[in-house]
Amino acid sequence: MTQYILRRLLLSIPVLFGILIATFAIARLIPGDPCTAALGERATQAACDAYNLRMGLDEPIYVQLGIYMRDVLTGNLGDSIRFSRPVFTIIIEKLPVTLELGLAALTLAILVGVPAGILSAVRRNSKVDVATMVAANIGVSMPVYWLGLMLAYLFAVLLRDTPFWLPPSGRLTAGLSSIPFYRAWGLPISDGTFGFPIFEFLSNLYILNSIITLNFKVLFDTIKHLILPAVALSTIPMSIIARITRSSMLEVLGQDYIRTARAKGLRERLVVLRHGLRNALLPIITIVGLQVGTLFAGAVLTESIFSLSGVGRSLFDAITGRDYPVIQGFTVVIAVGYVIVNLAADISYAFADPRIKLD
Amino acid sequence: MPAKSAAPNGNAPILEVRDLKTYFFTEDGVVKAVDGVDFYVKHGEVLGLVGESGCGKSVTSLSILRLIDRPGEIVGGEVFFEGENLLDRPLDSMVDIRGDRISMIFQQPKSSLNPVFKVGSQIVEVFQIHDEKMDKAVAWEKAVALLKRVGIPDPESKAHAYPHQLSGGQAQRVMIAMAMALQPELLIADEPTTALDVTIQAQILDLIRELNHETNTAVILITHDLGVIAEMADRVAVMYAGQIVEEVSVEGLFKNGLHPYTQGLIKSIPVLGSVQEQLNTIPGSVPNLIDLPAGCRFASRCPARVEHGLSICEEHMPNLLEVAPGHEVRCWLYEDAAGHTAPLKPGKGKKKK
Repeated sequence: MTQYILRRLLLSIPVLFGILIATFAIARLIPGDPCTAALGERATQAACDAYNLRMGLDEPIYVQLGIYMRDVLTGNLGDSIRFSRPVFTIIIEKLPVTLELGLAALTLAILVGVPAGILSAVRRNSKVDVATMVAANIGVSMPVYWLGLMLAYLFAVLLRDTPFWLPPSGRLTAGLSSIPFYRAWGLPISDGTFGFPIFEFLSNLYILNSIITLNFKVLFDTIKHLILPAVALSTIPMSIIARITRSSMLEVLGQDYIRTARAKGLRERLVVLRHGLRNALLPIITIVGLQVGTLFAGAVLTESIFSLSGVGRSLFDAITGRDYPVIQGFTVVIAVGYVIVNLAADISYAFADPRIKLD
Repeated sequence: MPAKSAAPNGNAPILEVRDLKTYFFTEDGVVKAVDGVDFYVKHGEVLGLVGESGCGKSVTSLSILRLIDRPGEIVGGEVFFEGENLLDRPLDSMVDIRGDRISMIFQQPKSSLNPVFKVGSQIVEVFQIHDEKMDKAVAWEKAVALLKRVGIPDPESKAHAYPHQLSGGQAQRVMIAMAMALQPELLIADEPTTALDVTIQAQILDLIRELNHETNTAVILITHDLGVIAEMADRVAVMYAGQIVEEVSVEGLFKNGLHPYTQGLIKSIPVLGSVQEQLNTIPGSVPNLIDLPAGCRFASRCPARVEHGLSICEEHMPNLLEVAPGHEVRCWLYEDAAGHTAPLKPGKGKKKK
């Protein structure tokens, strides 16, 4: 097992190199000039030359790539062209927002999608099945930005002054603030302390932070703000998970060992949940892993609509502002996340199915 | 309700199936897979259920445990088990019968075991389903003992194996262990050796035989292999196109099989030592179960019908008649009707139903 994980980690290296080169290239292929994006349309040639020199943009492309690779490997993601801040700091600040949103959406997608798929499979061709699959088809075809706007309109505007009102933007109601746990606990930690970025990162996960500091007011407020974006972001993965679960369960429920389980005298509910679901898990795990990519893509739109300042939103702003280091840094983080999640999915196969031997 | 066709020696049947009808409602039409099947099994007896593929043997056995899935449905008949009609039970309560009083083994042992659970756990599950209070460790010990009983070498460690780590023969032994765990009164073995190679077949059959003697468990042995029948069965029911066409003791079958289909089956067994240019076959094929003929279902393939020039065969369905004690056959050769005199009659036929 350990050997397998190590081998998979080693195999991830060329993948990550490929990603670095691709993002480097894509960022530079976007039409437009970082100088005009940063200094404005009327920047003089001299000002631009000075700017390019300062940012290392005067070097030939391959030199820029070499420098970039060297920096990334030494943990230096560069400074944002627009904000003159280290990309790393921006990631520490923005990633928790997206992580919270993505995890909430993924949890929702699994908690609704898997049972819906099971129900559909067990009651195949019934009204429940047809309704679920129609809903899944609508869900998978609905553009995230449209759904997001409609949800915001429904819950924030039409249902205003009712108990169902939900906030359409931001992470917290104005006036509330999430106090980092290390400050709440009076730990002697500040900018510059060793490991500060980790503490900063964890405290930016508001749900985690408010739970461990027992600040339930902030917790509920955060959850309230998270509902609409999480629902909007979860619909596509949820629909896909429901459909895969249904087809996987249908296949499994036709197998001989299901008949054996019934012939043993096992109750139908346990036949489905114990003998059926366990075998239907593999494709579900695969698809959940792959949906992480969809989630990041969806996060760009969702965060823009619900004014959440996360990775997606920042990436969007960085692209429009030709902020190469930010684009590259964020893309690398997303890619690494994607690789890790899918590695985890691969490893969990071995736990789900004893026939798969990892080494 | 007393069983009508109780066995002649006074031993009341443990299972009696009467006029069982299981139809499949498909888009192409209603498939009458089992269409009025009658047979009984006595305590401790091995009943062979023979017939070619698609004649409804497996559907019959699944119907007994009511394991028929949509679009299939049991549309009529009665299944008396120890005097109780299982078809009258609420479907939910069938779980008390399955695996405990009637258990079943299948044709494909490897795919009949769940690939993600250890074989020991799958046996333990049987104990725990029917006795929720049983301790896991006790159940595990019992499972190991069962594995030992069915001849799995090194049962302690094999209990921890997954089905893919077993051979087909071992997997079938595990299935048998599972089926025999609670010493059921009836074991239904649906082609238990078809997927195994010949040497293993004999071992598995011996095992079933031993368990049948040891625990006095009655067995319904479903097969298309008359060799297996000759070796294993006490009595035989021959099925054709969803109906029983002959029911007789195993000696009676081979010495004095009356139905032309039975005779055809016996003739088609290759005989060791005799040189044949061509193996004997029954010409034609099983009728379409959606669009069944009105008369005898074997009529179109029947050599005896041509030989005796019978016209009634294609018009009317013959009944399953007792032509001799313990010997029933469904054929116009042995049955009288208005305007039809049976050309052959061993003794006086009396109408069974």
